[in-house]
Amino acid sequence: MLSRTADNLFWLSRYVERADYLARILETTSRLSVLPAAYAGEGNEWKSALATAGCLNAFLAIYEKPTAETVTEFLAFSEQNPSSIRRCLETARFNARAVRTALTQEMWETINGAWLDLQKMDARDMVEGRISRFTDWVKDVALRIDGSGYRTMLRNDAYWFSRLGFYIERADNTARILDVKYHILLPESSAVGGGLDYSQWTAILRSVNALTAYRWVYRESLRPWLIADLLILNEELPRSLASCYKNIVECLDSLAGAYGRQGKAQRQARTIHTSLDNSAIDQVFQTGLHEFLTNFVADNNRVGAAIVEQYL
Amino acid sequence: MAFDEMYAADGSVRPPYAGVAKWLAGVNPEQLERRRLEAELFYRRGGITFAVYGDTQGEERIIPFDIIPRILSSTEWAKLSKGLEQRVRALNLYLADIYGKQTAVKAGIVPEDLVWRNPAYRPEMAGVAVPHGVYVHIAGIDIVRIDGDDFYVLEDNARTPSGVSYMLGGREICFRLMADLYGAHKVAPVDNYPDELVSMLRSVAPRGVDNPSVALLTPGQFNSAYYEHSFLADKMGVELVEGRDLFVKDANVYKRTTEGPKKVDVLYRRVDDDFIDPLAFRPDSMLGVPGLFGAYTAGNVTLANAVGTGAADDKAIYTYMPEIVKFFLSEEPILKNVPTWRCRDPKELSHVLDHLPELVVKEVHGSGGYGMLVGPQSTKSEIEDFRARLKANPETYIAQPTLALSTCPSFVASGVAPRHVDLRPFVLTGANGMKIVPGGLTRVAMREGSLVVNSSQGGGTKDTWVVDL
Repeated sequence: MLSRTADNLFWLSRYVERADYLARILETTSRLSVLPAAYAGEGNEWKSALATAGCLNAFLAIYEKPTAETVTEFLAFSEQNPSSIRRCLETARFNARAVRTALTQEMWETINGAWLDLQKMDARDMVEGRISRFTDWVKDVALRIDGSGYRTMLRNDAYWFSRLGFYIERADNTARILDVKYHILLPESSAVGGGLDYSQWTAILRSVNALTAYRWVYRESLRPWLIADLLILNEELPRSLASCYKNIVECLDSLAGAYGRQGKAQRQARTIHTSLDNSAIDQVFQTGLHEFLTNFVADNNRVGAAIVEQYL
Repeated sequence: MAFDEMYAADGSVRPPYAGVAKWLAGVNPEQLERRRLEAELFYRRGGITFAVYGDTQGEERIIPFDIIPRILSSTEWAKLSKGLEQRVRALNLYLADIYGKQTAVKAGIVPEDLVWRNPAYRPEMAGVAVPHGVYVHIAGIDIVRIDGDDFYVLEDNARTPSGVSYMLGGREICFRLMADLYGAHKVAPVDNYPDELVSMLRSVAPRGVDNPSVALLTPGQFNSAYYEHSFLADKMGVELVEGRDLFVKDANVYKRTTEGPKKVDVLYRRVDDDFIDPLAFRPDSMLGVPGLFGAYTAGNVTLANAVGTGAADDKAIYTYMPEIVKFFLSEEPILKNVPTWRCRDPKELSHVLDHLPELVVKEVHGSGGYGMLVGPQSTKSEIEDFRARLKANPETYIAQPTLALSTCPSFVASGVAPRHVDLRPFVLTGANGMKIVPGGLTRVAMREGSLVVNSSQGGGTKDTWVVDL
């Protein structure tokens, strides 16, 4: 297939995944922000949301103070924020339009339909309680795009490039949310105990769609190291780093099989997968959670770059 | 009075429209409106849009679709398709001649300066042997009816004619929304068009290529016809490429793929001559492929349509088409030309200047309904403005009587009413002969009395049914 087509498919998925992630951040933040201060802590949840989304500096260049209104506007609708949900969906649709022949009718109609709906929305609609309606809509759009691809695309290189986009972005997002919140996952912080940590922990799990999954996997109350274990090492959880890398390796192997050639991307991805496979969570905490996550984000970026270099 | 395709002068329904008349009698405006809205939704959701240049408001617009189909009997179609084949054969022979032996000019059939000084004439093409001798692989011939007997050619489109996706889209809507009416007719199919197109394209690959690789070259997603490009590539199962996806090495054309470079043998190019190769034509073009023209003249890639076909389809050459048909084919033209005054001729110019309020005056090289005067619908000052432009450059204009284009029943705000229509059938010419899917794109002027059917000027489309009575 054309390199440009593969590139567009890869980024189309990344932008959809990012929109979904931003919607989850907005959702958990607005839940946290309505908790009484005793539970939510002194910190500014809206500021933390910007850090999780990786755009605190970009925000401060435009606005003075992170508040519910300014952050929602910035993360959801801002034209000035290249990673706002609106811009993500617009870019995804732009990429989709450029590669319509590589998409199935169902995928195109889902993406185009979402874009058309988006034209009718703006920040003024996001008052009281409306945020959740918007974030639900975004999550639903991501589900439908993902699902329509899964159900209708041929299992060939186009499909694998599109899947790679989802997994690379998802691994990045999971690692970032953990990194921003890592201080509340550190073992010593469990001494603080009480309601504050509990709501923060649930917030993390919610933002990666794993609150219920936690209970099914561990069958005990929330422990910070188990949360880290679930999100980093548990291959059963679709958003864990281990699961993302299991899938990345599979997609890259399928590409190598179809094209009859292995390359740097395959080797690097396999190394990351193996190291996740062989790690235990106490080891991770020993090396330092923050260092581990920083390294992972960098490694993940290198795999993305290797894919671009090798194929796109 | 315009020719009404549905009703005869005595108010009786013409035979091809018997089914439509019966169906119309049984539906109310609310039902029609519901179907119209569903059709609009189909276009919107599918992103079946076009862009209007110079309009910053609506980057993507949809073309209004009129749900009431236009009907042609298979006998009418048989005559029309014969005429279309004849016309396109003549266009191909004429192009081979002006880029080859130049017999038509030498015989005085077409004035020399009209050929050589035509901006669409490409001297670079002189003496180039195009693969299989085909120049116009895809032609869109605009046809109008004025009476029940004859079909008139309004315009030949031999460059990159568009609109076929609307023909196919319209048929899809009729399947979905008009099943009751559709089922009551024996309608000739059109949905095999992409198959016919791709097999034609494969047939004209450079000689010696076994399993030719075909691609569709688009200017990209900001082009007004981008939807059509992606639609056709998809339906043909060929790659949709932009200039930046291709490169030329050793006079061969390659596309950049995830598996490295792959050779391309046939390009269905929807990029105009001027822009296909910055080394050969406009140096500032970002849309083309440097070296493409060299690969083409070396015989390593087929371009469809050939370069320089515009020399056969402008409105000045149009006036000579009947003579061109007779000269090359020794046949009487089956399709008539609309009577036309050539403003380059001083006598004809003075007639045109004397009758401006009654005439339609068109720029010889214009298209899309831009730069024309529709006399009867223009104000005094518009006419005087145009008179000045005409006097300044008479050779760039032709004039025609205001034709009473035929009308078809159409669903508009006020209900079902007659509206003026034209028809663009698509004629394919390959190495193994010609093919026309029965029907074409019917364009309809949705405003009462309007004669301008161009989508850029508020025209709509209709499905065209060729039916066995």
